[in-house]
Amino acid sequence: MASPAPEKQTNPPSMVMLSGIRKSFTDVEVVKGVDLNIGVGEFFSLLGPSGCGKTTLLRMIAGFESANEGIIAINGENMNKVDANERPTNMVFQSYAIFPHLNVAQNVAYGLKKQGLSKEETKKRVDEMLQLVDLDGYQERPSYALSGGQRQRVALARALIMQPKVLLLDEPLSALDKKLREHMQQELRRLQRTLGITFILVTHDQEEALIMSDRIAVMFDGKIAQVGTPREIYERPVSQRVASFIGVMNFLKGDLIGKTEKGISIASDVFGKITLDANQMPSPLEPGAVTIGIRPEMMSVLYRDTDTADNRLNVKVTSVDYYGDMTFYSVAIPKSNDQVSVCMRNTVGRHVYQIDDEITIGWSNASMVILR
Amino acid sequence: MTKRAPLSLLIFVVIYLVFLYAPVVLLPIFAFNDSAIIAFPLEGFTMRWFWALGEEESLFRALKNSLIIAVSASILSTCFGVLTARAIARHEFLGKRPIFGLIMAPLFLPEIIIGVSILIVLLQLGFSLSIWTVIAGHVLIITPFSVSILTTAFGNMDKSLEEASLDLGENRFGTFRRVILPLVAPGLISSLLIGFTISLDEFVIAFFLTGTDPTLPVYIWSMLRFPSKLPTVMALGFVLLVMSLVLLSLFEYFRRRSEKLTGGYGKTQHHVGQEGE
Repeated sequence: MASPAPEKQTNPPSMVMLSGIRKSFTDVEVVKGVDLNIGVGEFFSLLGPSGCGKTTLLRMIAGFESANEGIIAINGENMNKVDANERPTNMVFQSYAIFPHLNVAQNVAYGLKKQGLSKEETKKRVDEMLQLVDLDGYQERPSYALSGGQRQRVALARALIMQPKVLLLDEPLSALDKKLREHMQQELRRLQRTLGITFILVTHDQEEALIMSDRIAVMFDGKIAQVGTPREIYERPVSQRVASFIGVMNFLKGDLIGKTEKGISIASDVFGKITLDANQMPSPLEPGAVTIGIRPEMMSVLYRDTDTADNRLNVKVTSVDYYGDMTFYSVAIPKSNDQVSVCMRNTVGRHVYQIDDEITIGWSNASMVILR
Repeated sequence: MTKRAPLSLLIFVVIYLVFLYAPVVLLPIFAFNDSAIIAFPLEGFTMRWFWALGEEESLFRALKNSLIIAVSASILSTCFGVLTARAIARHEFLGKRPIFGLIMAPLFLPEIIIGVSILIVLLQLGFSLSIWTVIAGHVLIITPFSVSILTTAFGNMDKSLEEASLDLGENRFGTFRRVILPLVAPGLISSLLIGFTISLDEFVIAFFLTGTDPTLPVYIWSMLRFPSKLPTVMALGFVLLVMSLVLLSLFEYFRRRSEKLTGGYGKTQHHVGQEGE
């Protein structure tokens, strides 16, 4: 597994710019100083556990809440004094907010009314939009006769017909079942690519964020913990918290000795003294005690003595979780109380070990990341 | 899986219903009875009491007063109800609970106390009694009903519907007209209907606050002193009974529609896995 090259992208022109955003409800501060630049045509995700302030941030961009401090600019214009109905943003609500007294076509045409289009033009645009979201022929369907996935498409069509500069999506897939959700993830991605509109997605589902986004901002407690591409976030998390939120990460104790010309030297009881590449420390740390993270799928069981690895370790299996395509082993590391997960893909003829089996695991130096 | 109720319960229910509705059933019987005396045995079928109704000019004046009062009072209290319900459902403000309590208080106060107190206050302030004083009294007792009906209608409405409308470029007024109003309309209508019904047959407050123009219930009460007019009152009662039933049915119809519109589909609904693709 090759590690990603250090980020050296030329930032696209900014579509949404947030600077020093703070927001409190009564006494509780929910957004505590957020700076963010979201580029034109980017699929950007705000990812975090519930209550981290991501939805509040989205609602401030939409204009439903106003920030106590800071500046929100969209397409280079300061939006602080602009009402929600005047902003070049449209939103797909978590509840979809389909108008219950209107049918599908009326729902989709709702925002066009202000533009004073002719009846024919309105109908034409509504038909086009319903085609785009795969709902052609549902024009006259009353809103209560729609399924969850259909409601979502109506909400999407209703927002997109306004030709927004930015489309805001507030956990739009959380109400759908797994299969439909996966389908809609593809669909949303396809729509975003064809239309080239900036999408900002709020989600607590890390997998969804990884699959769909160009870039992700991970948020905890009203602050942004890390911004980066899905690969950067997954492979080079800046903290244990980010690492554990995005999937599973094994943590080993270690010592940061210092930087040399070859890279960064670290030492540990488990694997001795080694040198890692500079990009394996995503956030600069002082020499001293650090944590070393390794993803379970980056570790492997060494089935034969001839298998090579930068680091090898004889361990005892403490639990086995069989997932069909994968097997997750929990193993105890000798000399320390640490438990480590190792994930192996199940292939033909590959042995599945049992609890208490003695096995050898191995991993490469390149799979390690140095964390706070 | 329906279980049959025990016989004792069934008997209790039958007796209960008979006691409750027997007097009401007697009303139409005597309205069509061809005798000036309200007593069995019945003398024969007649419509003359209904025709006699038509000749009571003062009755029509009372009816007109009652209608003016009922229409005005129900519209006014529904307007107050809309404002109050909106504030309660959407905003947090200092003293929300005490204010809500004060608005609902007339529901629990004896009407005679309300009637007497308003009378004293009005007289002290130098107002003369008229249709308007009755309207004021009725608004006071109907507003709690309007508020509770409309709070449900406003409270059931998903807040994101309003936000969606704003988000789609509509302003506050347009949002009220195109989204909020259609969704609370059934609530508005049931508030108007229940206000109208309450005002129409309210007696105690009207009795205290009425001037020279009596309302229908006050007029009926005054007619009861003349035994010869009694069958006419029965006929009038029958007409009012039918009117009330029609209004109540309408009220129930709109209440259910309101529930269906705002409670059923406006909220987040998850039809998981029912996609017709």
